[in-house]
Amino acid sequence: MSAPSLLAGSIGDLSRALSRGETSAEEVTRAALARIEATDGRLHAFLAVTPERALEAARASDARRRGGGALSPLDGVPLALKDIFATRGVATTAGSRILEGFVPPYDAAVVERLAAAGAVILGKLNMDEFAMGSSNENSAYGPCRNPWDLERTPGGSSGGSAAAVAARQVFGALGTDTGGSIRQPASLCGVVGVKPTYGRVSRWGVVAFASSLDQVGPITRTVGDAALLLRTIAGHDPRDQTSSTRPVPDYLDGIEGGARGLRIGVPREWMQGGSEAGVERRVREALQAYEGMGATLVDVELPHSRYGVAAYYLVAPAEASSNLARYDGVRFGLRAPARALSDMYGETRDRGFGAEPKRRIMLGTYALSAGYYDAYYLRAQKVRTLVRRDFDRAFERCDLVAGPVSPTVAFRLGEKVDDPLQMYLADVFTIGCNLAALPGLSVPAGLHPESRLPVGLQLVGRPFDEATLLRAARALERESGPAPAPEALG
Amino acid sequence: MSVADWQLVVGLEVHAQLLTRSKIFCGCSTAFGGEPNSHVCPVCLGMPGVLPALNRQVVEFAVRTGLALGCAVQEKSVFARKNYFYPDLPKGYQVSQYELPICLGGAVEFDLEGEERRVRLTRIHMEEDAGKNLHGVSADGSSGVDLNRAGVPLLEIVSEPDIRSIDEAVEYLKALRSLLVWLGVNDGNLEEGSFRCDANVSVMRRGSTTLGTRCEIKNMNSFRFLRQAIEYEMRRQVEILEGGGTVVQETRLFDPDRGETRSMRSKEEAHDYRYFPEPDLPPVLVPASWVESVRAGLPELPRARAARWRRELGLSPYDAGLLSAERATADFFDATLTAREGGPEAAKRIANLMNGEVARLANEAGLPVTGGKLTPEGLAGVVRLADEGVVGGPGVRQVLEVLWREGGDPRDVVTARGLAQVSDESAVEAAADAVLAASPGEVERYRAGNRKLIGFFVGQVMKAMKGKGNPAVVNAVLLRKLGG
Amino acid sequence: MALSGEEVRRIAALARLRLSPGEEERLAVELSAILDYVRQLEELDVSDVEPMTHALAAGETPFREDAVAPGLSPEEALSNAPARSGTCFQVPRIIE
Repeated sequence: MSAPSLLAGSIGDLSRALSRGETSAEEVTRAALARIEATDGRLHAFLAVTPERALEAARASDARRRGGGALSPLDGVPLALKDIFATRGVATTAGSRILEGFVPPYDAAVVERLAAAGAVILGKLNMDEFAMGSSNENSAYGPCRNPWDLERTPGGSSGGSAAAVAARQVFGALGTDTGGSIRQPASLCGVVGVKPTYGRVSRWGVVAFASSLDQVGPITRTVGDAALLLRTIAGHDPRDQTSSTRPVPDYLDGIEGGARGLRIGVPREWMQGGSEAGVERRVREALQAYEGMGATLVDVELPHSRYGVAAYYLVAPAEASSNLARYDGVRFGLRAPARALSDMYGETRDRGFGAEPKRRIMLGTYALSAGYYDAYYLRAQKVRTLVRRDFDRAFERCDLVAGPVSPTVAFRLGEKVDDPLQMYLADVFTIGCNLAALPGLSVPAGLHPESRLPVGLQLVGRPFDEATLLRAARALERESGPAPAPEALG
Repeated sequence: MSVADWQLVVGLEVHAQLLTRSKIFCGCSTAFGGEPNSHVCPVCLGMPGVLPALNRQVVEFAVRTGLALGCAVQEKSVFARKNYFYPDLPKGYQVSQYELPICLGGAVEFDLEGEERRVRLTRIHMEEDAGKNLHGVSADGSSGVDLNRAGVPLLEIVSEPDIRSIDEAVEYLKALRSLLVWLGVNDGNLEEGSFRCDANVSVMRRGSTTLGTRCEIKNMNSFRFLRQAIEYEMRRQVEILEGGGTVVQETRLFDPDRGETRSMRSKEEAHDYRYFPEPDLPPVLVPASWVESVRAGLPELPRARAARWRRELGLSPYDAGLLSAERATADFFDATLTAREGGPEAAKRIANLMNGEVARLANEAGLPVTGGKLTPEGLAGVVRLADEGVVGGPGVRQVLEVLWREGGDPRDVVTARGLAQVSDESAVEAAADAVLAASPGEVERYRAGNRKLIGFFVGQVMKAMKGKGNPAVVNAVLLRKLGG
Repeated sequence: MALSGEEVRRIAALARLRLSPGEEERLAVELSAILDYVRQLEELDVSDVEPMTHALAAGETPFREDAVAPGLSPEEALSNAPARSGTCFQVPRIIE
């Protein structure tokens, strides 16, 4: 196999080639490292590349395969991690200055699971600082760019993950999604991104943004690859008591089941012109394709979805303000020189945090402070219940709901940085799924008719029913043919 | 106007370290001491991305304590974050319980000057301890942080402001401490800080029903300091109020060197803890079945045991109270009684020995009554020997002293050391004859009517017999010889 | 609603953020706009609604059993420390 075609396939393709001995983990890892070397100066998807570790893991994988003992279909497959996952012995920054130089003495649970499956980790991917942002522009280490147009954002906060996968630097990546941080960049980069049900994947070792909303998920180029990665990382972890003990089904099983008979709910509120015309057009076409495949479209209502952004921007900052209190300069990370304790706190946190975390820490501290708790935090948590009830009611009439992921295609870097509220409002379609703790995904739905930039279709399912979402997404993928690849990087 | 015109009002908050092996949210050891930061892991260091995993034993101990104190154990309780910055608080928040604690209500019952007192509890909740700041670790005056204690499980037991005197505060605390130790949930060690107390102190004019502004006093690690601190604080508040001032609600630190309380401004600087439900831990469910199994496993509690002894064995309230102060002592008493197979008579004798001679030996050794080598079987044996008349009072004391130090079988001790008393009349008569012959004056005065002198003769005979004469026999022989 | 500069300073002090006057001013404007936006939640009657503070149902996951597990050595624990003294984390003098 030639290097470009070697990197262009799916995990499934590579896994088959590896098991047939047509290539080796070392060969494909070297090819991927070379591709990163050649492209990442322009893309900036990686915050750290770990070639020695990767090659060592690849050689170990090859040795296993030679011995006939591959650990899993992921054995020897080059992947990368959003820099929000703790990696033992490898610096973990969460995109923030305040964690510069922090080397965890532990691995995140999902990192352990990938290692146990034999995956080869190439490095740590760029992200908005502490996963706060939708454009990667909040990374303390400079933004990642969109491989479809290097002047544009890859989305965020898992922008580096989506960009690296779209740019064929790696076969798949893990991201986290608190208000759309997997689905939105997947949509903007034309790849598949899955945000599982809250509790499906362990959060142990995932730098926390908003604990009741954060969830880990895969970003891949095909739906099948997403199913494979999700199967690998999902399941109960005794170290995370918010992780569910429900058994994990084999998501690949039945993934080819097609869309016939599926009832797809179309929320009126998501299709009322809140998106740019080209986005809405591609979403409608995708819905029509489903009808063509034998699915039924059902009108549903999510009357409280318009309150989602407001509820989210109270709950998430409140939790974040508390989660980010541990960055105090005492035990790890940045410490500003100071002679008094109060200066150590103030200066360290002033220098260590960028504008967005500061804004959210302030907002969250305010929402929790004496006299405001009931009016802000508590009320927002009650609105979450209303948002969840909307979905529960919709799922009485349909098996999943579908709509846009992002109201726009990838926007230009710098376009929205001066107006945080406008940036927040772009999360309108993705936030409900996090507030309601439901599974959701983004699957490519073609290119915008004018800009030729990717548009994603969002599917949201019942709790723990990732299988139906993946089956439906796979049906669309099969119907549409292979998703186009970006060409900006050659 | 004086302190006497004011009524003291106290509520106590106790922090009791639970006797678990591992910390509340991670597998680190709870062992006291050790090199700084030697019992830590990413979780209790508050490193990025780590999560708490609640220790089941902590919940069980909380339920056990709640049941023993008559609390309503809540089927659902919720952990909350208490947010504040301090170097010994790794996460920048303490995981505690706030709106929905595991236990509500209940009371601590104890005796105060012979009267039964009942101080109501507001609540009991579970929380994690903070680490320890060490001052002056370097020449430049900087401080050090040791996180070995961070994450050690605590129960916070909060009383209502029902306490009206310093004595009552002390007795409340002693009773609560004794109960927690009895339950096996706490070691009762004030010095090492595994049983800590903060006091909410206020005063109101006698006759008033409106509570005054309270101050929270911290850092009293002995009963003596608790007394000093409350006394000082009461006087301070009375002086302010009588001078026309107002008491400011604040946290004050007790300084044992000066016997004073002083304001902790650092703690007041930002007094807005921004509590909210801990999203990393689901609500804690304690189903009725769990509560019932904990209830079934509860030991007989000290006051119930004392009441039983009084009722069934006729022990005095004083004896019953002493013997039930600690579970080991109480169990020792019950085991002795079983070994002696005795009823109320034997019980009283055992109680007298335990609270008398054995307590004296224990005191001298600085140990609890159960701290020597004396076993319940040994004590039962001593009582049996006394009942059989084999040893008398002095012999009992001597045997107990040997058993306390060395243990062993009391009968063997008596034989080996020749401690048996002499009941043989001929031996006693010989000794009596010698004494009477040597004291003609006293014999004459006795016969003239000074019957009190019998005590003198008994003493002399016992002395001559090296304390081994059977007092009853000695008495009888002397009376006969002196002619009634 | 407009947040006053004083309120911004109070919140910053609670959050241990030392803001420059320029940051204070900017945050007052931005936070006021966001708070104005979230006020729309007041339209909803939530008096009988339970808050969704936990996404996973209570009792779904098991507790941890009380067993000691190996942690970090003091050297590992301190490996990221910005300053240390012996095996303690070192901080500026704490005044109580």
